[in-house]
Amino acid sequence: MVIKTEPFVINIGPAHPSTHGVFRMRTTLDGEVVVDLEPVFGYLHRGIEKLAEERTYTQNIPFTDRLDYLASMSNNLAYVMAVEKLAGIPAPERAEYLRVIMAELQRLASHLIAVGAFLNDCGAFMTPILYMLREREKILDLFEMVSGQRLTYNYMRIGGVSQDIPKEFLPALRKFVEGMPGFIDEYDQLLAENEILLARSKGVGILSKEQAINISAAGPVLRGSGVKWDIRKADPYSVYDRFEFEIPTGSAGDCYDRYRVRVEEMRQSVRIIKQAMEQLPLGEVRALVPQRLHPPVGEAYGRIEAPKGELGFYLVSDNSIAPYRFHIRAPSLMNLTALRDMIVGWKLADLIIIFGSIDICMGEVDR
Amino acid sequence: MTAVLSAREVASKLDKKFPGSIVESTENHILVKSESLLPIASFLKTEPEFAFDYLAFIAAVDYNDYFEVVYHLTSLEHNHSVVVKTRCYGRENLSLPSVVGLWRGADFQEREIYDLFGIKFEGHPNLKHIVLWEGFKGYPLRKDYIQW
Repeated sequence: MVIKTEPFVINIGPAHPSTHGVFRMRTTLDGEVVVDLEPVFGYLHRGIEKLAEERTYTQNIPFTDRLDYLASMSNNLAYVMAVEKLAGIPAPERAEYLRVIMAELQRLASHLIAVGAFLNDCGAFMTPILYMLREREKILDLFEMVSGQRLTYNYMRIGGVSQDIPKEFLPALRKFVEGMPGFIDEYDQLLAENEILLARSKGVGILSKEQAINISAAGPVLRGSGVKWDIRKADPYSVYDRFEFEIPTGSAGDCYDRYRVRVEEMRQSVRIIKQAMEQLPLGEVRALVPQRLHPPVGEAYGRIEAPKGELGFYLVSDNSIAPYRFHIRAPSLMNLTALRDMIVGWKLADLIIIFGSIDICMGEVDR
Repeated sequence: MTAVLSAREVASKLDKKFPGSIVESTENHILVKSESLLPIASFLKTEPEFAFDYLAFIAAVDYNDYFEVVYHLTSLEHNHSVVVKTRCYGRENLSLPSVVGLWRGADFQEREIYDLFGIKFEGHPNLKHIVLWEGFKGYPLRKDYIQW
């Protein structure tokens, strides 16, 4: 006997533990199979692009903390680099090294959350993520040392960083980078070949290379699909051209590859931090910048490789003290475009994993 | 390093292929007529010399007299980039051709510009509110937007 079933619409979110924020997926199901999906967002829209037009360039730095709140340092860096490009202000060398150290620590912290939350979504409830949070805590302690904050650091400044590192910082950082590779190995040994993880994520939610490029995907989502594209190598900013590191890529473009790329990137970040610590020069950490900075008429696009992908700020100046236009190129928003393609045809239970593998942050999507 | 292509040189090549479609070109950007945006974008994407397969972002800017929409194009193959701009004049019934058919990455960004600037993108498959709620009046990112 053939049972006739009708497509069934189900709302996942906006407040659902696995949507990683206030995000809604309007899902059409045929039995258990997802036949259509529409992402609905905007619940966290604060109009940062509009607010920024009424504040000075320096006053806008704390706003950028609140975009991708799991990677505030990276957001700060992308924004101040765009302003520096617009106004033609070079940052001192020591500041550039500190920026690289902070950005790479931030990448570690963000990826720890990403892989921890991903395993949470896979069904390894809470155990892996607590180990990740333990390690992330050490990074937050380091950030607290330099900026006094644990989430919204507001550490970068136009023309440098807000203050030099305290004398306790480097010993603590050295201790951290010596312990971190061991932690990644230990954790990788436990999870990389884990049967549950393999069964649930291998071959699931495939995003082809062509699709990934076409939807402007960035970061681990793009590299997981086998595209060797990392702004740190492709268009080196700050002092990234002075360090040796690899760009890990996946091959199949499935959830497992995206997960692997993040784990490998963590190893590379530790490598970069080690080199930056060795090379760290002495000197000033902040260039002299006028208090009422008014860059010449023009526009600039500054971009960095944030943990989630290409993060850029497109600024237009009309020679006043506030930006005329402040546009944020948020990697999470672009990566979300791929969601429908990846999920359609998979079961409802896979939806959560595929969504978790993108690693989005709603603060950045809605702005 | 990502090579920033000289927009003047790209524009002179485009001008041969699409005469009269370039309004102006500086060292940094090419300004094209809105009606010829789609053929030019398609040419820039498919021509092997340029191969702009990756749309970095789209942004709209309100210059009071006109709206400017900026397309940052990147080629992952050649590692070079160029900036293409187009304008639409007036404040009402603004429309531009949609590039979603070429770069799917434009999908949410065009919806966002439609939502916050009120520029319609002809040919967009699902042009509706994205960050604001249904029934929201006005376009907040315009310079003449007054709250309340």
